[in-house]
Amino acid sequence: MLQIKNLHATVEGEKILKGINLSINAGEVHAIMGPNGSGKSTLASVIAGNEDYEVQKGDIVFDKANISELSPDERAHKGIFLSFQYPVSIPGVSVTNFIKTAINQIRVARGQEEMSASDMLKMMREKSKLLGIDRKFLSRSLNENFSGGEKKRNEIFQMAMLEPKLSILDGTDSGLDIDALKTVANGVNTLKNNDNATLVITHYQRLLDYIVPDVVHVLLDGKIVKSGDKDLALKLEKEGYDWLKSETVNA
Amino acid sequence: MAQSDQELKDKLISSFFAFEEEMELENDHHHMRDDAIKIFEEKGFPTKKLEEWKYTSLKSVLNPEYNLFPKKDKSLEYHDIKKYCIHDIDSYQLVFIDGIYSSHLSTTTHDKFDACLMSAFLNKPKYKPLVDKYFNKATPKESLDALNTAFSKEGAFIRIPKGVTAEKPVQILNFSTGSDEKLMLQPRNLVIIEEGAEAEVIERHQSLTENEVLTNSVTEIFLEKNAKLDYYKIQNDKIKASLVDNTYIKQEEKSDCEIYTFSFGGKLTRNNLHYHQNGENINSSMKGVTIIEGKQHVDHNTLVHHTQPNCESHQDYKGIFADRSTGVFNGRVLVDKIAQKTNAFQSNNNILIDDKATINSKPQLEIFADDVACSHGCTIGELDEDALFYLQSRGIPEKEAKALLMFAFANNVLNSVNIPELKRRITKQIANKIGVSLGFEL
Repeated sequence: MLQIKNLHATVEGEKILKGINLSINAGEVHAIMGPNGSGKSTLASVIAGNEDYEVQKGDIVFDKANISELSPDERAHKGIFLSFQYPVSIPGVSVTNFIKTAINQIRVARGQEEMSASDMLKMMREKSKLLGIDRKFLSRSLNENFSGGEKKRNEIFQMAMLEPKLSILDGTDSGLDIDALKTVANGVNTLKNNDNATLVITHYQRLLDYIVPDVVHVLLDGKIVKSGDKDLALKLEKEGYDWLKSETVNA
Repeated sequence: MAQSDQELKDKLISSFFAFEEEMELENDHHHMRDDAIKIFEEKGFPTKKLEEWKYTSLKSVLNPEYNLFPKKDKSLEYHDIKKYCIHDIDSYQLVFIDGIYSSHLSTTTHDKFDACLMSAFLNKPKYKPLVDKYFNKATPKESLDALNTAFSKEGAFIRIPKGVTAEKPVQILNFSTGSDEKLMLQPRNLVIIEEGAEAEVIERHQSLTENEVLTNSVTEIFLEKNAKLDYYKIQNDKIKASLVDNTYIKQEEKSDCEIYTFSFGGKLTRNNLHYHQNGENINSSMKGVTIIEGKQHVDHNTLVHHTQPNCESHQDYKGIFADRSTGVFNGRVLVDKIAQKTNAFQSNNNILIDDKATINSKPQLEIFADDVACSHGCTIGELDEDALFYLQSRGIPEKEAKALLMFAFANNVLNSVNIPELKRRITKQIANKIGVSLGFEL
């Protein structure tokens, strides 16, 4: 589904990604771990098309098409979704209206009819129930005065509504208590199927107890230095990243 | 002074005498107009040499070809103006076409309160005491308001008697039709909200022609003790229409006056919005949203004069400027020595969409009391790139994403509009202005 080949990216002239190779198939869950500043969030942003970052080399191929030149909204239309670590608040635009706009823009871009109000309502009911979201929440202004947990839950709610092929969860666990974490993880797991894929970007192993990855990658200084199964995450949790750093140097 | 300014001035002064002859006025009223034209003659049109007009030049809108006295009612029908009326709200409507009252398009009242014509107010003997008490008593007697006074003939007169709450809003709609001529219009409105009375007013100037129109409007507003007024100005005119809106408010104790100014259209718009507080525990609010493009120009010149203790004033103006458009915000707050415990807040936030757009924002706080809370803040920025990326990553194209951010930016002003139909209408106007279809109502 997603193939990243030798991806190099800079922000304001500084090299952040220095040759990323990554391949994700439908039905898989991948996790990317790494210390602060290793380039995890940059990778998420670059896949989603953030124009603050300049891709200097390499390709991003999604569903067999090169998407490197596409704008963020065009990538969303193809089915890429990024759950933000710090979602932006939009006063005056309700969660409902925001999602309605997003869904219909995507449908229009795909040449589909806009979703009827009743279908939309029905879907919102189902998905909010799935994520334990209070109906009152839907009429609040998007992310305005939301708690950390509410923001993250709202991100996953949007993901549930937009039904992307590839979901990138960036720092979804940060700022969540254990109950909120379980709810969010449970939502992600329920939405998982054989046709979609998930890329979890996290600092801590904790989230991976609930969203179990098929593959774990370690990102150090802009490169994936090691990939393995879920046990790799446990090892990182116990031993930190230092052993990998020396291993990389030695290699 | 450039020639066209001078020519228009000469034309105005020379036509004044003939105009006055026709009016058949009482002596004291005659003197008032005489004095007014003298002020205008002496001061002329304001130029950029004046501090208050530093960033706004009227030159391009002073055209000696203006017809000053359009005569005929061009017999507009309701369907011609329908889209400019907020017809979904039940309201009284005072409709003026080329400055002349149009009875068949209007709904006036004299039942519980007066919503009728300035000409009736000025001419009927029963209003004489009110004319003496209020007419031309709030104006600063500067050149443009004086010019309006000299030629004042028609406009809206609204009076809400003591203790009455107007059960529906009053709309003042000024249309200009000059399809074959350039027009200069000078409507004159007077709003009196008596003790404990309440009202909502919506005012709009709308050109139906592609010809040049210049409106020099004066509105005097008086709020007696405990009175309350919400007043909405919709400035979304055609690109060849210009407006100088002079609004002067005088408030007595415990009164509350909120003026909203939505400026989206027109070539040049200058708002002189001046409050004079004349008692304790008064609240004066002014809020505005300006969204302009091309070479449009909007200038907000506000003044709040705090003359008594324990009063408040709130100013919140948002501006979004695209292309080569220019904005001016000049907010003056004057706190007299005895006006202790004044709370005066002023905020002016601006977004420049293009490099060539300009905003001149100038707060002026002149505080002579020592126990006050006054603040002002001005920001000039661009749309937040992170927010834009967030919206785009949800599949919302750049243009629509920008529009949503603009709505979010203007939201706190829009949200405080108390007439839902009006709020919906303004939201729609903004969406049209930005060129998006939101697909939902805010």
